[in-house]
Amino acid sequence: MAELVERYLKGEMDIAERQAFEQMRMNQPELDQMVVEFHYFLEEMNRYGEIRRFKSNLYDTHHTLQESGEIKELQLDTKARIINMWNKYRRVVAVAASIAGITAIFISGMLSLFTPKAPFDDIEELRRKVSNLEKQSSNQRAEFNRFKTKIEPGTDVKFGGTSFLIDAKGYLITSAHVIKGAKKIYVQSPAGEDLLAEIIHQDQNADLAILRINDADFEAPRQLPYGFSQSQTGLSEFVYTLGYPRNEIVYNEGYLSAKTGLGGDTMSCQISISANPGNSGGPVINKNGEIIGILNARQTSANGVVFATKIKHVFQLVNELKDTDKDLNIKLRNASSLKGVSKSQQVNKVQEHVYMVKVVLG
Amino acid sequence: MAITEQELEIFRAVGNNEKTAIESVYKENYALIQHFVVSNNGSEDDARDIFQEAMMVLYEKSRQADFELTCQIRTYLYSVCRRLWLKKLQHSRRIESQVENFDRIVPVEEDIETHEKLNGQYLIMRTAMGKIGEPCKSLIEAFYVHRKNMQEIAGYFGYTNADNAKNQKYKCLVRLKKLFFAQYKNA
Repeated sequence: MAELVERYLKGEMDIAERQAFEQMRMNQPELDQMVVEFHYFLEEMNRYGEIRRFKSNLYDTHHTLQESGEIKELQLDTKARIINMWNKYRRVVAVAASIAGITAIFISGMLSLFTPKAPFDDIEELRRKVSNLEKQSSNQRAEFNRFKTKIEPGTDVKFGGTSFLIDAKGYLITSAHVIKGAKKIYVQSPAGEDLLAEIIHQDQNADLAILRINDADFEAPRQLPYGFSQSQTGLSEFVYTLGYPRNEIVYNEGYLSAKTGLGGDTMSCQISISANPGNSGGPVINKNGEIIGILNARQTSANGVVFATKIKHVFQLVNELKDTDKDLNIKLRNASSLKGVSKSQQVNKVQEHVYMVKVVLG
Repeated sequence: MAITEQELEIFRAVGNNEKTAIESVYKENYALIQHFVVSNNGSEDDARDIFQEAMMVLYEKSRQADFELTCQIRTYLYSVCRRLWLKKLQHSRRIESQVENFDRIVPVEEDIETHEKLNGQYLIMRTAMGKIGEPCKSLIEAFYVHRKNMQEIAGYFGYTNADNAKNQKYKCLVRLKKLFFAQYKNA
């Protein structure tokens, strides 16, 4: 019946059918009522679709423009303030600068007047020597660095798991079991570069570990695209993960299947997703681009059943760490800039911050 | 100021949900609105929300059969945003001090009222969609939002053929219709 009404409303009926239908409509008031209702409903439905498409276009545009830097966030206000300050204090700055300049010239004049004249050639040479020396030592330092932070060929690297940035300054989170017994830890960036990392903290109970990249080659991103979820995730909600079950980043999607983990463990939740041991430590992300948990893939006996530590415990862990170590500057972003962004764009952004963990055993 | 042919063109294109037009309106106007909202007790997120809502108003206006653009898009958007933001400030009882003026404004009360009415209906449909559950939700979204054809949908959801998918879609549609009207009466 619904089909008939929709075809009628869309004008897909041929003349004979249409006439028959209209006849029926005249004779049966219920049918007429239904057509009117359906007509209204379908219009609403189509409008709903249009609005959704328009909104998604808006979000995408906002995001692309933000990417290309044509929309800048937050800087507007401070910039204006700085310009204001500059306008206000321009004269003071100018006076101060000229006083400083005059003093400097005066002093250097005095110095040159009283310094005994030295043979300039000697000084030249000495300087060159020094610069040679400097160059040598900097070469050595570079080599030393390379030696220190790069994995030497032939080292026995046990392949570990996945980790991802929780703070743009180079803090990563992963599962504690991934780095168990490690003497040295390297993380491989999505670009394929090995970076040395150190353990900041590990919590065997929650199966979490926080690492810090300690490598001169690490280029900190300006900001992380994803946020950390503050709210509970509902059953059957869509989630996805990125990880390194093999030597290549792999995407998987699934849904939240239970709010507790193995044996009613409230620290974790159960996810129905296809994941392999290498996925351990990978992010579990909801459709808004918010991290809701860390995969720890503990159970392998049942197919597609995976457990993840809830993000709540990462918040707790970070807060505890901050209490004991005041210098630790980890900040978990709440707002995700991926909300409403299409899935493929999200994944593209997120994967830049997902690292492979390589463990050298002692 | 006179409205150029080009402005009208962009205005119509926004109504057709054309990406390039949306992007150009965004580029031209976002900074102004952002400045306005942030300077008046708003956050960056507020600025984005308000701007996008104003874009919705512009979109709805452009889709009206008897549309007319009586001022520049910039003036229009600014007026809508100003009105929306004032409303929000009043609603959340934040300091209702003098709101700085950044640009010329035109009356937009009526358009905002229309928008609120339409948005109400949109929300009813959204709630109904939220209640229908899977696979109906994805199925209906695939057809009405993502505009996939029945063949694609059948493949995607694992129906043996397009007719099966179509039958399923109608079943879902009838259920959604019930939910929609139930919501509608409550609202």
